[in-house]
Amino acid sequence: MGIMFYLIAAITLAGALAAMTLKHLVHAALAVTVAFAGLALFFLNLDAQFAGFAQILVYIGAVAILVVFAILLTRGSELPKDGVFSRTWFVGLPVAAGIFAVLGWAVIASSKALPSDAPTPAVNVHDIGVALVGRYVLPLEILALLLTAATIGAVMVALHEKERAK
Amino acid sequence: MATSPVVENLSTNLDQIFIITRDWLTHFLPAAWRPAVDVVLSVVVIVCVFPGLFALTTVFERKGLGRIQNRLGPNRTGPFGFFQPIADGIKSLTKEDIVPASADGVLHFLAPVILVVAVFMGFAVLPMGRNMVLVDMDAGLLFFFAMGASTELSVFMAGWSSRNKYSLLGAMRAIAQMISYEVVLLLSSVSVVMITGSLRLTKIVDAQNQYSYGLPHWYIFTPWGLAAFIMYAIAATAETNRSPFDLPEGESELVAGYHTEYSGFKFALFFLGEYLAMFSISGLGTTLFLGGWSAPLEVFNVVPSWIWFFGKVMMSIFVFIWMRGTLPRLRQDQLMNFAWKFVLPFTLLDLLVTAMWRFMGEGWLRWVVSTAILAGAYVLMGRVSMYRQHFAPRKYRYAD
Repeated sequence: MGIMFYLIAAITLAGALAAMTLKHLVHAALAVTVAFAGLALFFLNLDAQFAGFAQILVYIGAVAILVVFAILLTRGSELPKDGVFSRTWFVGLPVAAGIFAVLGWAVIASSKALPSDAPTPAVNVHDIGVALVGRYVLPLEILALLLTAATIGAVMVALHEKERAK
Repeated sequence: MATSPVVENLSTNLDQIFIITRDWLTHFLPAAWRPAVDVVLSVVVIVCVFPGLFALTTVFERKGLGRIQNRLGPNRTGPFGFFQPIADGIKSLTKEDIVPASADGVLHFLAPVILVVAVFMGFAVLPMGRNMVLVDMDAGLLFFFAMGASTELSVFMAGWSSRNKYSLLGAMRAIAQMISYEVVLLLSSVSVVMITGSLRLTKIVDAQNQYSYGLPHWYIFTPWGLAAFIMYAIAATAETNRSPFDLPEGESELVAGYHTEYSGFKFALFFLGEYLAMFSISGLGTTLFLGGWSAPLEVFNVVPSWIWFFGKVMMSIFVFIWMRGTLPRLRQDQLMNFAWKFVLPFTLLDLLVTAMWRFMGEGWLRWVVSTAILAGAYVLMGRVSMYRQHFAPRKYRYAD
C-alpha cells in the first residue's frame, strides 16, 4: 500500500464528499463521476485492467450520462431553496454506521479466511473471457436475459405513453 | 523474392527510424532513467505529430471542400494558402476569451480541457508502426473505448455550463447520438475480437499481417469484416459528429451546438479535440480492419510500416471530407431510426455470421454462406424499410 493508494483514496473520498454536499444536482452528478474515476484507478492500481476499464466505460460513459440526463429531463436542475440536507438526517446516521460496521467486519474477517501470503493470481483479459463463456456461461446468459427484459420493458413503457398522448 | 542486403538493411532502419532515434537520444542517460524518459519522449512525439496533422488537415479539408463546391478555398496565406492554420492559430490565441455572465465558470473552463486530454489518451494504445506503440496493453481496445466514452461527459459539461439553449440542445443531441452509435461501434469491433481472440491491438495487427499469394489477410477482405467495417465507419462518422451526422453542431439550426459560447483558444481546443477524435477513430478502424501498419501487398513491405499506418489514416480522413462535401444532413428522427432499426440489427447479424465463420473451418463454403446471409439480409432490410416509407408525391401541409 504505497503513496498511490492514499492519493487515489483522497480523490475518491473528495469526489464522494462533494457529491453529498454540493447544492446543485448537476454538480453533484459530476462530482460522483470523480468518485467513479477514483474507483477505476483503484482497480488499475491493483493491476486489474479489465475491471478498471469496464468501470470507466460503464460508470463514466453510461451511468453518469444517464444521471445527468435524468436530472435535466425531470427539471431537478433548479437550486433547492432550503438547503440540500434533509431534516431527518439523524435517522440515516445509524443506518450508515450499521452498513459501515458490517462492511468493516467482512473485510477484517476475510483477511483471516484468505491469508495474504498467497501469491497474487495473474489474471489477463483472455482468462476472464474464457471463464465468462465457459464456467460462468449460465449466470451470463441469465443476466443477458434480465437486461433484454428490462430493455423491452422500457420500450413498452415509452410506447404506451405515446399512444395515450394521441 | 531476393532483395539485396543493402536495400533490406536500409528499409529495416527506415522502418525503425523513430525507435532508433529514441534509443540514441536516451543512451546517454543512466539505465534506470531510460524507461521513463522513453515514455516521455514518445508522448511528446504523439502530442506534436497529431496537432501538426490537424493543422495540415484543416487546409486540405477547406481546399477539398472548395474543390467539391467548385471554388478555390483558402489561397492567400503563404504558398497555396498552406500557412492558413498558422494564421488561424494566432487569431484564436489573440482573441478575447469570453465567458457568458451566467455561465458556470469552472465547468466552462474544464470541458474543452477534459475533451482534449481524453482524446489524446486514445492514441496511447494505437500501434502506429512495427514496435511503435506507447503502451501495449492487454485490454487495449477496452481502454480506447473507455477513453472515448469519457468525451461524452465533457460535451455535456460544455453544453450545460454555457447556460444557452442552443448549447444545451446541441449537447443533448450530441450525447443521444454518441450513445446510440457507440453501441454499434463496440459491437462491430467485437467481431474482430471474436476472430483474433484478443483485445490487444498489436495482436490484432499481427493476425492481419500475413500474406497468401502476396495478398494480405486484412479483415476487410472477408464478408463479415467488410460488413463490420462499413458499420464501424458509419458509427465512427456519427461518433465524431461529422457530416452527414453533424446535427449537434448543425449551424443552420443551432448556431454551433455545444460550443456556441466558446471563443478564442477554448474554441480552438474543441476544434482540435474533434479532429484528434477523427484521427484516433480512423487509426482504430485501420488497426481493426485495414491491417494496421501492414503493407497492402507483400512486395511493398520495403516501405516503412509507419508510412502505411499514417497513409491509411489520411485516406480515411479524405473519405470523411469527401462525405462532408457530398451528403446532406440527416434529421434527428432519421438518425435514430437509422441507428436502432438498420445499423444495430445488421451488426448483430454480422456477429452471428462471424461466429459461423469461426466454426466452419477453412474452405470456400464459409465464404459462400456468410456472403449469402449478409447480402440477403441487406437486400431484405432495404426492401422492407423502403416499402414502409410509402413514397408518393410530396404534400405540403400549409403551403398548397
